[in-house]
Amino acid sequence: MKYIDEFRDKGLARRLAETIAAEAHPGRDYRLMEFCGGHTHAIFRYGVQHLMPPNLRFIHGPGCPVCVLPMARIDHAIALATQHAVTLCTYGDLMRVPASERRSLLKAKAEGADIRMIYSTQDVLRIARENPERQVVFFAIGFETTTPPTAVAVKSARAEGLTNFSVFCNHVLTPSALQTILSTAGPDGVKLDGILGPSHVSTLIGSRPYRFVPEQFGVPVVIAGFEPLDVMQSALMLVRQLNEGRCEVENQYTRAVSEEGNRKAQALIEEVFRIRPEFEWRGLGFLPNSALALADTYADLDAERRFPVEIAPAKEIKGCECPAILRGVKTPTECKLFGNPCTPDNPMGSCMVSSEGGCAAYWSYGRFRAASHQPEVESRSRS
Amino acid sequence: MTSDRRFPVRLDLKKGAVDMSHGSGGRAMAQLIGELFQRYLDHELLTLGNDQALFTPPPGRLVMSTDGHVISPLFFPGGDIGALAVHGTINDVAMSGARPLYLAAGFILEEGFPLADLARIVESMAQAANAAGVPVVTGDTKVVERGKGDGVFITTTGIGVVPEGILISGNRAEPGDVILVSGSMGDHGVAILSKRENLGFETEIRSDSAALHELVAAMIAVVPDIHCLRDPTRGGLATTLNELAHQSGVGMQIREDAIPVRPEVAAACELLGLDPLYVANEGKLIAICPPDKAVRLLDAMQAHPLGTESAIIGEVVEDSHRFVQMETGFGGSRIVDWLAGEQLPRIC
Repeated sequence: MKYIDEFRDKGLARRLAETIAAEAHPGRDYRLMEFCGGHTHAIFRYGVQHLMPPNLRFIHGPGCPVCVLPMARIDHAIALATQHAVTLCTYGDLMRVPASERRSLLKAKAEGADIRMIYSTQDVLRIARENPERQVVFFAIGFETTTPPTAVAVKSARAEGLTNFSVFCNHVLTPSALQTILSTAGPDGVKLDGILGPSHVSTLIGSRPYRFVPEQFGVPVVIAGFEPLDVMQSALMLVRQLNEGRCEVENQYTRAVSEEGNRKAQALIEEVFRIRPEFEWRGLGFLPNSALALADTYADLDAERRFPVEIAPAKEIKGCECPAILRGVKTPTECKLFGNPCTPDNPMGSCMVSSEGGCAAYWSYGRFRAASHQPEVESRSRS
Repeated sequence: MTSDRRFPVRLDLKKGAVDMSHGSGGRAMAQLIGELFQRYLDHELLTLGNDQALFTPPPGRLVMSTDGHVISPLFFPGGDIGALAVHGTINDVAMSGARPLYLAAGFILEEGFPLADLARIVESMAQAANAAGVPVVTGDTKVVERGKGDGVFITTTGIGVVPEGILISGNRAEPGDVILVSGSMGDHGVAILSKRENLGFETEIRSDSAALHELVAAMIAVVPDIHCLRDPTRGGLATTLNELAHQSGVGMQIREDAIPVRPEVAAACELLGLDPLYVANEGKLIAICPPDKAVRLLDAMQAHPLGTESAIIGEVVEDSHRFVQMETGFGGSRIVDWLAGEQLPRIC
C-alpha cells in the first residue's frame, strides 16, 4: 500500500530502535504515556514495545472514546431505544460496551430494540430520510476528530428539514482529560516522563492547546502519528528532550498537524456545539468543560431534550479496574478480572471492548509475554 | 421442458414472487419445483421426484458435512448465495481429503422473494455443481412469512469418500510441521463488505468463492501424509489457525510478510479498521504437513489454478498455551488471537 507501507518499514524500524537504545540513558526510566487508543493499537499490533529498550515503557492513556464513556451514557442510549422506540444509530465499537445489569446495545438489539450499526453520519441521514415515520437518533461519540462529521450532519438535517433526526451527543475534549491525568499524577498517581500527543485530534485542534503541559506540569509532549514508525520516532524525540533537559511541545506528525489546526472545522464545531459545564468520564470522574452538547440554536435536534428518559444510577462491575487503567495507574494484568472472566468475548469493562482499549490490545496482541509468569490465565479463559 | 397439464399457467419467472402456497406441499409447490428447481437442477436422482436419493456408495470411508448459508447481500462480486452454498459444502467435505460425491440442498424462502432472483440463484447453484462434478440429488423447500427470513437461506449437505491411507484431521498438527495457505487472504469478506448497502466504496475485489476438492486431490496425490486441511472461512486465517492449534494442542509461529494479501484488500481493510487475517475466505485452504514434504506440497499447490499464489507462512511449535504468534512485517511480534465478536470497524 503506497503511502502506508513507508510508515511500517522494517529496516527503518530497526535503525530507529538502535538509535533509541543507544541514546536512552541506562540509569533512568522513560515512562511515556501514549494518549490515544490509536497509538496503543499500533504499539501492540506491530510489536513496538518489543523493539524498545527495557527502561522505556509505554503507558496507555485514556484516548479511547469508547473506553472513557461512562456506563450511564450507554444506559441512557439503551433507554432511548427502548423507552422511546427510536431507531438508534451507532458506530460498531459501542455495540458491546457493557451497560448496567450486564446489558449492552447488542443485547438490547437482540431483544428487539431498533439499533443499527453505521459507518458514517451520512448513513444516519439516509436512514432518517428513508424512514420518515421513525425517529432516528445518532449516538455521537468521540474526541475532536469525529466531531466535525456530527456537526455537518446536524447542519444538513436542519437544511433539509429532517424532523425525525436528532443527536445523542457524547463528544469529549482532549485537553481537559490531559489536564486531569497530569494533575493527579505524582506519588499516588501515574508517573510520567513524557506524552505522545494525540494524532488525529491534533489535526483539528492544532499543537497549540498542549502548551500547558510543559508549562504547568513540566512534562514534554510530542504529537505523534498513528503509524508504528511515527510512534517510534516520537519516542526518540521524547528521549532526546529528556536527555537534553528540554521540555516543550514538539510535532512529529508534521504531515498532518499544524500549530493552528483546522480553522474551518473549529468554526463549524463552535457554531453547532456548546461546551458542557461538566461531563462524566469513565475513570476520571466529572470533568469541567470537558464535553460538548448541541448549541441552543440546534436544541430541537438534541435527543436528550427531545426524548427525556428515566434511568437508574449506573452500576459498575465490581473489581473492574478500567478507571485505574485509563489513568495509567494500573496495567491491564493488574486487574483481577483480566482474562477471567473479562475477555473481548465477554467484556466486563469498556477497556476490553475496543481494539484501542488497553485491556483488549493487551489481551489480543500481547498477553503471551506475560504468559510465562501467569500460565493459568490462558487455560482458565479457555475453559 | 414439456408442459405439465396440472399447471395451465406457467410460473412468472420475470415478475412473480414466492408466496405461502409455494411451501404448502400442494400443487403450487410442485409447480415451483418442476418449473424452477428442476429446470436447472436436473440430475436424474432429483428429477425422479422421490423424497430421497438412492445410490450405492463406492468402497471406502464416507464423510458427511452440512453448512447453512445466510449471506447478505445474496449477489456479490464473484458469486452469489447459490454458488457459495455449493462451494462451501464441497470444501467442508474436501478438507478431509475426500472426493465429494453428492449434495443435498434445503431452501428456506421468504414470502415475497422474487422468483427471478430465485431462478438466478438456482441456476448459479446448478452451474457450480456441474462445474465441480458434484450433483445436487435431493432437496427441500419451505416458505416463511414475510419478515421472518432474509430472502433466502440455503442449507447444503454433502457426502464424499476418503481415499485409502488418507488421515487428515485438525488434531494432527505436530511441532515442526509447516503451515501453508493456498492464496491471498480476505478477498471474500471484503467483496461482501464492499456490497453491503451502507458501504458505498467501489472496489475491484471479487469473492474467491470456489470448490477446492480438485486442488485437494492434486495435493494428496503428491503428499498423502498431509496432517491438517481447513478452509479459513468466517473468522479468517487467524481464527482457523487458532482452532487448529487448540485441537492439536500446539502453538504456531507465522510470518506476516509471508501471508499473501492483495493490495486492494489490504487498502480496504486499512480504511475500515479491519485486519485481513480475520476476514473470511471461500476459496482458500490452510494445509499443515511434515517439514520434509512442504516444498513438494507447495509445488503441487502452485501448479493448480486455484493455488498459484500458495505460500509457506510458518511452522507449528510446541506451546502449552496454544498461542498463534506472528512476527510482524514491522519486525516486532504479537499474538494472533481468535476473532472476538464480529470484526467491527474502529471509529477513530
